[in-house]
Amino acid sequence: MGRRILITGLDTFWGGRVAAALEADAGVEMVLGMGTGTPSVPLERTEYVRADSSYSLLARIVKATQVDTIVHTFLVVDSSAMSARAMHEINVIGTMNLLAAAGAADSSVRQVVVKSSSLVYGANPADPAWFSEDTPRSRPARSRLERSLVEVEGYVRDFTESNPEVTVSMLRFANVLGREITTPISRNLARGVMPCVAGFDPLIQFVAEDDAVRCLEAVVLGSIGGTYNVAGDGKIPVSEVASIGGARRLPISPLLTRQVAAPLIRLGWLDLPGELESLLRFGRGIDTSKLKATGFEFSTSSAGAVARCAETIRLRKAVGPHLAPYRYDADVEAFFKHSPAIVRSPAPLKTRSARSATAAGTARAARSTPHS
Amino acid sequence: MVPDPARGELRPDPARRSDVDEWGRSERWRHVARQVGGCYYRRWFRVEWEGIANVPLEGGALLVANHGGALPADAPMIMQGIEEQLGRPVYGLADSFFRTVPVVGTIWSRAGGVPAHPDNAQRILSDHGRLALVFPEGEKGPSKLVSERYRLRRFGRGGFVEAAMRAGVPIVPIAVVGSEESMPILLRLPRAARALKLPYLPVTVNHLLLGPVLGSIVHLPAKFRFRVLEPVTFDVEPGLAKYERGRVMDEAEAIRQHLQEALYDMLSQRRSIWFG
Repeated sequence: MGRRILITGLDTFWGGRVAAALEADAGVEMVLGMGTGTPSVPLERTEYVRADSSYSLLARIVKATQVDTIVHTFLVVDSSAMSARAMHEINVIGTMNLLAAAGAADSSVRQVVVKSSSLVYGANPADPAWFSEDTPRSRPARSRLERSLVEVEGYVRDFTESNPEVTVSMLRFANVLGREITTPISRNLARGVMPCVAGFDPLIQFVAEDDAVRCLEAVVLGSIGGTYNVAGDGKIPVSEVASIGGARRLPISPLLTRQVAAPLIRLGWLDLPGELESLLRFGRGIDTSKLKATGFEFSTSSAGAVARCAETIRLRKAVGPHLAPYRYDADVEAFFKHSPAIVRSPAPLKTRSARSATAAGTARAARSTPHS
Repeated sequence: MVPDPARGELRPDPARRSDVDEWGRSERWRHVARQVGGCYYRRWFRVEWEGIANVPLEGGALLVANHGGALPADAPMIMQGIEEQLGRPVYGLADSFFRTVPVVGTIWSRAGGVPAHPDNAQRILSDHGRLALVFPEGEKGPSKLVSERYRLRRFGRGGFVEAAMRAGVPIVPIAVVGSEESMPILLRLPRAARALKLPYLPVTVNHLLLGPVLGSIVHLPAKFRFRVLEPVTFDVEPGLAKYERGRVMDEAEAIRQHLQEALYDMLSQRRSIWFG
């Protein structure tokens, strides 16, 4: 029997892309996505359930579908995206419910993958140049977002201890950039500005979106447990991010930074959530040697991830939004997936090796060696 | 230089636009720093070395020196001298306070400064096999009054010995004479320092002579002498998480004593503060 996988946040970039990658694998029997909105990526055979963000429904779904893997991609890592309360609800309460469902008495779940963030390390002056997975934060988390992610990781650790039969994988991603994903930094670059704190030019790290998706895929399909840092090679100064991204630097006063930036943010000239501000002051580096030791290879470096984002911005400037936006229509999807009128070919699935060049979105990414 | 992946040097990345390395150091900035530092090195402080052959020509080593003068010039001068004479880059480990200061922190980092963190030391010394410079007195060194000059403070909690043991590299002590007189502190203003969130706020001889602005950045032209002592090696297994506390403290104290004696010896031979 193949894998039965449940993905949270199917309507976000992450959930959609990971579902697209996993449903193309012959070893995966069923992919079920949950989300609050509508999926933004066309999906072949992934089933979709709309649910509220705190997953009160989840225990029933897990029981009814007998999934063996839960991929938890729906964690908010951008504090400007929503109110602190909504973020707490999604990150902390959502994860708590999810783990409760996964750890229920007769649960079928054997692997839980959590998409965390390098924000759990913070960005402080006393930080080491590189954080390894077990380096502690140098100062306790103060912002709501960081606190919520630290809390989430605490729940995941507790879950790992009390459910030794479940493989738990926690991936801490550096800032993600690429062709499709929208983050505060990519929005700034698209406007042609890169905010910085005047007098500071710290080193920061990025991971290309394709590498991030491939990494989640590799961890799920290879059943790799443990906590891993995920980031492209090298660190680059903020000034270089601006120059690769073709943006002008916008220095903001190092004193009263929030107050000075607030009107610019209000006017929509700038994106500067609190966690980005501390990153632009002190930078952060995470050591990925543990992940590389599992055989995973990155297709590009930190600078390469910025370059990919810059390419897309240039293309959009030249020809407008070149990709037709996908519109989810529940009836159409249900028709294609379940109607007896559809003629289904006997071998609809490609094997892992054969689809390397066609898997949605990962076309240009070099494949890592399969770990199965 | 040919990149060596074993030493953490990455393959050249075509997407990169600057030469800033993973520590924030840039050889372009280092070059500028060497041009400026060279003037100070040759004309102003007229640096002279004794026993520079004790600095290893390859492999990691932890350089340990005494610290003095309100705005210590000893760190850039040691880095300058070793880069000029041995052609080896030196990473200066210093308090992370530097990182919180706009502009200064960035220049410091581009010119080879690294926050003193055990993980950073391990990476530079062991993984990359490079030279790191550290002042174990910390801020207690440069903040001491002129009346206490050349009397070494406590060497922290021996963290530098532990870092060298863990990395399996020797410690090379360097005795510095001259830096104390380049910016001697007459008194400290602890309340004002706290209010400004500075580690210390001194009133120096330079302030009296040159005023509050120039006096804060211009050093007096004291003659600098560096004496490199015999490297100290430790017969312990590298890579352990912890080393015996007592042993670490004893080694740290021995190095401190050794440096203190070298300083007294150098001072007893010094005829003039300005001409050496």
